[in-house]
Amino acid sequence: MAANQDTFARLQQDILLLQGFKPATTQITNWHGLEQLKSAFPNGVFPTGAVHEFFCTGPETVSTSAGFVSGILSSLLKQQGATIWISPGKMIFPPALKHFGMDPEKVIFIHLKNEKEKLFVMEEALKCDSVSAVVGQINEISLTESRRFQLAVEHSKVTGFLIRQNPRNIMTSCVTRWQIAPLPGDDTAGLPGVGFPKWDVQLLKVRNGKPGRWEMQWQSGRFQVTPKYSFEIKVPIRKIV
Amino acid sequence: MEKRYVAIWFPYLATDWFERQHPALKNNAFVLSAPSHGRMMITAANSDAQKLLIREGMVLADARAICPTLQYFDDKPDLTGQLLQRIAEWCIRFTPIVAIDPPGGLILDASGCSHLWGSEEEYVLDIIKRLATRGYFAKAAMADTIGAAWAITRFGKERVVEKDNHLETLLALPPEALRLDENTIARLHKLGLNQIKHLVTIPAASLRRRFGPLLLQRINQIVGREHEFIEPIIPPEPYQVRLPCIEPIARVAGIEIALRTLLEQLCERMQKEGKGLRTACFKGHRLDGKIADIQISTSRASCNVNHLFHLFEMKLPAFEPDLGIELFLLEVTRVEDYTPAQEQFWKESAALNDQPIAELIDRLTGKINPDAIQRYLPDEHHLPERSFKKATSLSEQPTTQWPTNKPRPILLLERPEKIEVTAPIPDYPPLNFRYKGQLHKVVKADGPERIEQEWWLAEGEHRDYYTIEDEQGCRYWLFRAGHYNEEKKPHWFLHGFFA
Repeated sequence: MAANQDTFARLQQDILLLQGFKPATTQITNWHGLEQLKSAFPNGVFPTGAVHEFFCTGPETVSTSAGFVSGILSSLLKQQGATIWISPGKMIFPPALKHFGMDPEKVIFIHLKNEKEKLFVMEEALKCDSVSAVVGQINEISLTESRRFQLAVEHSKVTGFLIRQNPRNIMTSCVTRWQIAPLPGDDTAGLPGVGFPKWDVQLLKVRNGKPGRWEMQWQSGRFQVTPKYSFEIKVPIRKIV
Repeated sequence: MEKRYVAIWFPYLATDWFERQHPALKNNAFVLSAPSHGRMMITAANSDAQKLLIREGMVLADARAICPTLQYFDDKPDLTGQLLQRIAEWCIRFTPIVAIDPPGGLILDASGCSHLWGSEEEYVLDIIKRLATRGYFAKAAMADTIGAAWAITRFGKERVVEKDNHLETLLALPPEALRLDENTIARLHKLGLNQIKHLVTIPAASLRRRFGPLLLQRINQIVGREHEFIEPIIPPEPYQVRLPCIEPIARVAGIEIALRTLLEQLCERMQKEGKGLRTACFKGHRLDGKIADIQISTSRASCNVNHLFHLFEMKLPAFEPDLGIELFLLEVTRVEDYTPAQEQFWKESAALNDQPIAELIDRLTGKINPDAIQRYLPDEHHLPERSFKKATSLSEQPTTQWPTNKPRPILLLERPEKIEVTAPIPDYPPLNFRYKGQLHKVVKADGPERIEQEWWLAEGEHRDYYTIEDEQGCRYWLFRAGHYNEEKKPHWFLHGFFA
């Protein structure tokens, strides 16, 4: 039985390699409050050099996704070098990115309305290895296009984030799929005001990982997972014939 | 680099040349003359003749009446022009950029040359001394602008005017030093404007009305407010390469080979000279006599063949060879100094103005509207839409800190949207609001944060901002424009969404 376990583990590692997950050379030692998410990812490492997608339903969830992405960029990815942010209009408010630890002057915004042009820019940016991350607010993307993104990032090791509002096509080759919904803030103990931003973070899909659901808030420059509500989403174990 | 110019003036150029040819003429008064309107007119007089008040432009017979021993010779047509050309070519030893400044003068662009002679004083002295040993009497002066060097050579006493110091020297000079036509100079003298310092105190508008734009241009050129161009006798070689073809080329593969060959030649030359390309034009002379052309531009100077080839490659579909192209031409229309990046052993953190990022942006601007690519820097305004500004370049750094002391939404609507609210007066947050037909009940609220309109920039009412959380936990940024008033109710707007 133990021998079988070993074989499984080794085979799993091999499959990961074939799927473009290189064993991490630099282990993330500081998870910035996201230690609970560690077990959800393959190899226990946040997948950099991959494309993540975020599903949104309206401007309220686009803003929470943008906040979560900026938090990830500033904490886990350290935002070295330039970040490219492709947005349909001039909606992202640069000074607010500073609240999530980003340096807004290091972000190059590309304001595009045309979906085709957005896809071209996203692919070109993902191919450039001097860029640290690319965020694209692109609603519609086909499986072929997401494959092209995946091939680009496997080569360049750039991390891509897709923020998709009401997507029609959900068949993509993105490594993870997230949904970030706003939650009512914690009681501020009688103090006036609205408190810290609080989110219901759902990891709906993660290739070779375990999907999960966490409740977290952004507080004084780092994530804070509220433990009592967090749980793993059970996925049926499929039988391999 | 600081520009320095030397003006050389030969007061007796033609007669000096005659003296060289006929050494016996030394220390004798003589003139050169040429027929004009049926009389012999003096075209040049040597220094001894000028001491006898014989000037060029006099009738020869009058001059001989003043001095019966005066010797005279026939002038050669265009003698001074040829002499100046020859001396200018000889002057290449002092600087590569020499221009002829008729009548009887040369302009040397001496920027960065004089240190080879020890000092600027030595440099100018050497020019004068070497010309004197060849028999030419010359005056020369060095200054920051062409106009100042010209004026001081002819009307001043100094040889070298210190950097940024030429203004005081110039102020005492007569208006002739401004290189104007005789009529204007005569009128200036008639009005008592005998020195340049009288002119500079008069407002520009009145000077232009009375004397025309040339006078203002000359004043601007002499003080260095306006750039002046000279035409060097050896013109700088343009960054241009050409490739003639034996057979006309109509296939894409052939055009690509031609483009790559030309780019390699050009980039090799630019790399040697420390230059980089900013804009370039690739032209093909077609069989039917028309010219096909495509243009590219880069966001920073580059002489990377692969990158430039890629930029051209994206535009090649617009390059129509038709029946075939006989001659390829690659022209650089804008060149800038290029500082090559230092090779690194390992990449630490990529900076914003990294070469690959500049190249990425070049590739993007080839396809999309360049205005779509923006970077933002903080701007010191309280109104949210004015609190950031566009950066002008990739390397521009913020001069002030990004403000973080106030809550700001991560999504900000470009145009605030009107909403209907129920709010208690005078300045409480709303109890509920309707946005896009949906009713949101307010659970928590923060505010108001009052932001005044900047009256010096735009008119409008102040805004009272509230941070609102509804029962779903969604957070909004609302504001009320203006005070409650008996006549009209203030409007409420939704301006942003918090994360």
